[in-house]
Amino acid sequence: MKARVLVRPRAGILDPQGQAVESSLRQLGFAVDEARVGRLVDLELATDDAAEAHAQLERMCEQLLANPLIETYEVALLEES
Amino acid sequence: MTVTADADLRPRVAIPVFPGSNDDRDAELALRRVGADPVRVWHDEPSLPPRTAAVVLPGGFSYGDYLRCGAIARFSPLMRAVAAFADAGGLVLGICNGFQILTEARLLPGTLRPNASLSFVCRDVALRVERTDTALTSRCPSGGKVTIPVKHGEGCWFANDELLAELEAHEQVLLRYEPGENPNGAVADVAGVANRDGNVFGLMPHPEHAVDPLLGSTDGALLLGSLVDAARLSIAALV
Repeated sequence: MKARVLVRPRAGILDPQGQAVESSLRQLGFAVDEARVGRLVDLELATDDAAEAHAQLERMCEQLLANPLIETYEVALLEES
Repeated sequence: MTVTADADLRPRVAIPVFPGSNDDRDAELALRRVGADPVRVWHDEPSLPPRTAAVVLPGGFSYGDYLRCGAIARFSPLMRAVAAFADAGGLVLGICNGFQILTEARLLPGTLRPNASLSFVCRDVALRVERTDTALTSRCPSGGKVTIPVKHGEGCWFANDELLAELEAHEQVLLRYEPGENPNGAVADVAGVANRDGNVFGLMPHPEHAVDPLLGSTDGALLLGSLVDAARLSIAALV
């Protein structure tokens, strides 16, 4: 089962990487008010059970993929194409 | 009971080495100079060497800083032994990447983020020592200042207001950048912290690079010497 985890810097937390991207986009002539940079993790899970997959993804985020102090995360199961 | 330690006793200090560590040899040299018996230990060892009296996690870029700095190193077999050692009251110091590893391992509060400037900083910084009654700062002059170099791209210590208030209330901030000296945007100018029990420490500046007058400041020897004093006492207490 394929899954996708999105990790974002928490709202209100300074994101210097996002700021650098934002200013670079402005230099290219794009009108950008804000850019924030997160992280995407695509996973291929061994389980086919959606509830089990969700539970595993939650634990993965808490234990490794995100730092809860400064980041939020979102998990999604992807439909098999 | 007053414990006195033989000043000639060299306490063993384990220095875990991860793929990408690069300050382990300087740490070894500096610790030897301040009276320790330093031993570098590869990260996949399941346990610390016999008679380890303290652990110093060195700087560098463990596991290429993948995911987040220090996030992968904490899963090394040796880190499980370090965590158990810390839980049992053992002295543990993390320098730079070592500090990042200890926050990721949740042995120290807060987290280290990319510098606010997005630039790597490499220079001497003036620090204020907030407490001199800890195992890391006992040799420092009371209310004193020390000068120690920093060199990092991700040293911006962060804690939310609630966590910071809790740490301040328990006096867990041991080192702060002097006004105007903050090289990375760290919250409340925090350069180094301790855990609640006072046996685990982390700091971004590199005391192991400040032990030789040929290279400038020797204030790093005050911090490492304090740690070695405490390690020596911890052995004496066991005898």
